[in-house]
Amino acid sequence: MSAGTTPLLVVEGLDAAYGRARVLFDVSLEIAAGEVVALMGRNGAGKSTTLKAVLGLVPAKARRLTFLDRSIAGLAPHRIARLGLGWVPEERRIFTELTVAENLEVGRRPAPDGRAPWTPERLFALFPNLAEMRGRRADAMSGGEQQMLAIARTLMGNPSLVLLDEPSEGLAPVIVEQMADAVRAMKQEGIAVLLSEQTAAFAAAVSDRAYGLARGEIRASGTLDAVSAALAV
Amino acid sequence: MDPAFLVIQGLNGLASASSLFLIASGLTLVFGVTRIVNFAHGSLTMLGAYAAALLAPLAMASLGKPLGFWTAIAVAAIAVGLLGVLIEIVLLRRIYRAPELFQLLATFALVLIIQDLVILTIGPQDVLGPRAPGLTGFVEIFGRRFPLYELFLIAVGPIVLGLLWLLLTRTRFGILVRAATQDREMVGALGVDQARLFTGTLFLGAFLAGLGGALQIPRAPANTEMDLALIAEAFVVTVIGGMGSVTGAFLAAILIGVLQAYGILIFPEITLVVVFLLMAIVLVVRPYGLLGKPEPIGAGPGAAFALTLRPWTGVENALAILGILALAAAPLLLDAYGVTVATEAVILALVAFSLHLIIGVGGLVSFGHAAWFGLGAYGAALAVKSLSIPMEAALALAPLVAGLGAALFGAFVVRLSGIYLAMLTLAVAQILYAVAFQWVEVTGGDNGIVGVWPADWASGRIVYFYLVLALAGAAILALRRIMYAPFGYALRAARDSALRAEAIGIAVRRTRWLAFALSGAAAGLAGGLWTFLKGAIDPTVLSIPVSVDALAMLLLGGAQTVIGPIVGAGLLHMMEDQTMPLTDYWRLVLGLVLLAIVLLAPRGVVGAIEALREARRDETRAAKGAPP
Ligand SMILES: Nc1ncnc2c1ncn2[C@@H]1O[C@H](COP(=O)(O)OP(=O)(O)O)[C@@H](O)[C@H]1O
Ligand SMILES: [Mg+2]
Repeated sequence: MSAGTTPLLVVEGLDAAYGRARVLFDVSLEIAAGEVVALMGRNGAGKSTTLKAVLGLVPAKARRLTFLDRSIAGLAPHRIARLGLGWVPEERRIFTELTVAENLEVGRRPAPDGRAPWTPERLFALFPNLAEMRGRRADAMSGGEQQMLAIARTLMGNPSLVLLDEPSEGLAPVIVEQMADAVRAMKQEGIAVLLSEQTAAFAAAVSDRAYGLARGEIRASGTLDAVSAALAV
Repeated sequence: MDPAFLVIQGLNGLASASSLFLIASGLTLVFGVTRIVNFAHGSLTMLGAYAAALLAPLAMASLGKPLGFWTAIAVAAIAVGLLGVLIEIVLLRRIYRAPELFQLLATFALVLIIQDLVILTIGPQDVLGPRAPGLTGFVEIFGRRFPLYELFLIAVGPIVLGLLWLLLTRTRFGILVRAATQDREMVGALGVDQARLFTGTLFLGAFLAGLGGALQIPRAPANTEMDLALIAEAFVVTVIGGMGSVTGAFLAAILIGVLQAYGILIFPEITLVVVFLLMAIVLVVRPYGLLGKPEPIGAGPGAAFALTLRPWTGVENALAILGILALAAAPLLLDAYGVTVATEAVILALVAFSLHLIIGVGGLVSFGHAAWFGLGAYGAALAVKSLSIPMEAALALAPLVAGLGAALFGAFVVRLSGIYLAMLTLAVAQILYAVAFQWVEVTGGDNGIVGVWPADWASGRIVYFYLVLALAGAAILALRRIMYAPFGYALRAARDSALRAEAIGIAVRRTRWLAFALSGAAAGLAGGLWTFLKGAIDPTVLSIPVSVDALAMLLLGGAQTVIGPIVGAGLLHMMEDQTMPLTDYWRLVLGLVLLAIVLLAPRGVVGAIEALREARRDETRAAKGAPP
């Protein structure tokens, strides 16, 4: 625990499977309020499955799965989300039939305990590109713009932890830089981020520490350099 | 032709289109969000009509004419909306993750239950509602009189479309509905309670259905046949418009309404054929409807229906031989009535088994198997009556006619996925039913065709039983051979993964099409045998209950096994034979049985026995310490 605060999310002994194929084996990790943690691993290591299992989107079992000291095991995904756990899927899953503003509306939830809620205006300040397209249908957007919209949509739920699945994947360097800014802005707002990444470049720019995942098992944890080194062998 | 008349006819079409749109828009909205095709949607419309027709006179007496009438319409629509909420909470919630065929059957069970409850509480007679106060007059259009109420209905369609558009784009609920139509899981992950969203959608959909029904009462009386007639039309509209698209439903409703209005001028007896032609053309040009998205909707009937083949054990072979021997000896053991029931059961076993080929082996959901059974039945009857050919030739003709019909229809639909196929097979059966009903000169209409008896040598009850046993038995054995043959293997491969099947060189579409035609031919033979057993037929051989009976047999016996459908046919027929004389409400009974199967025993009777055997085998293995 780098910040020494009480953990926000605690995952202990998480196993998950798709049908008969087991994918996660005894995965454990913790995230404290406000920290940015990278979950590193190659394609197929189980990063996305870990995030989905936390959110209750894939069947999983864990010895302990708590968020804000509350067990979230077996809870419906919308209940978990309402506790303040946001998720930005790898495929982004923008509602392409809806406009940008409508996408944000779907994500809107009241902010907990008197925090200033995210509004479209604040998000447009963070992602200026989106402001110009608010009335446009989301299927007319580029990949980078869709990624921004996906993050903005999740922030509209005023989460205290965002599970961010490979945000830099397939994006141009300029856009990646904007994503890094967005993650830093989230950190500044006190939002914790669990970031899944395949390569160290983006994670190095934003994360405080890291876990290393290979073949569904946590192989290393600590600084990003140490984790990258451990995964390379 | 008089141009004024053509204009009036077009206006009539637009008025029908409005009603059709109200019903179809609810169906398509509910489907978009819940991915359930609600068969009971037509029943909700029917209830709306009954409620309004019964309420309006009372309300008009106490509240005054105009206020009372419109209050009754609103109350009826809201009450039906609330019933939709109840249905969502009590039934749909349990089956969102079930295979689509189960969803269809469960909601169809509601159709049966609602129909009998209406007869039980209101009675079988039509209920005529009052005319709309202030809209009873006529306007003059090109010198012809046109009812004001029809003009009002023409306006209702676009008004409702506009209101729906506002609801869907300007309210949070509407935005969530559209988002969920695209990606329900993502909506849930963003913190939206799906259960509440689904309940709200069901209210909206059922409300629209109820409103559509309630607004009908000044035009036509509420009656117990509305539900299935409407649902078939609504299916066609939603499929042509594109599933989940409200605007598509509007366009399709107008197309169909207007085409039918002019179709009456061209083929006065068989207007529905025009609808079928339109559907065929649209599906060839745009397989996912006018405004639908080319997404794979529905993976197929689901594993519960997937036949798994294994060689029979010695015991099973012995049991099968015993079963055949018992059947062969049946006439010696049964009285005359018993022989007739046994003959019926054997014919129905062929119907169920032919359906098994496309559902269990092919993974193609058919909800209109009655079409091919009925085509065979009518083919045989017409051949004898109109062409005066002998029974033997008529029995050969029956599978030919039905097989050709299935091949023609199949050519348009086998490339579609589960739900579309289910809806269109139902629609084609309903269309054929309507043709048999309307085309009186040829089909005898409601009375059907009478006096179609077997040839002299086969006229004895027992001889005819053996004839049926031989022909149906041979057809079942032939189908069974096909299931085990390379063709059956190809069909199963396509069922399990169309992509992989294509990759190993299987022509998926052609294989499915052939199976569809073969299955239709076998059902047609059953239809022919049925005609000569009864000596007469009427449109009920083409009706939806026949299709559902076939599905129920498949389910009851268990579709994962080869023998299941045959066992199911025997069981269900015995059950119906026992309950029908005892109660007028056999639909209620069948509906409850269907619900019980879907919710409690999805693998059917034979499936349950198999599961028991597997469990026992696992136990012995575990006891021996062998790996599972
Ligand atoms: N829906 C699925 N069904 C079956 N297997 C899956 C599914 N999604 C992922 N997998 C498998 O689970 C493993 C982990 O996948 P994933 O969590 O997506 O890894 P990552 O996100 O690290 O690339 C992979 O072997 C992948 O093939
Ligand atoms: Mg991934």
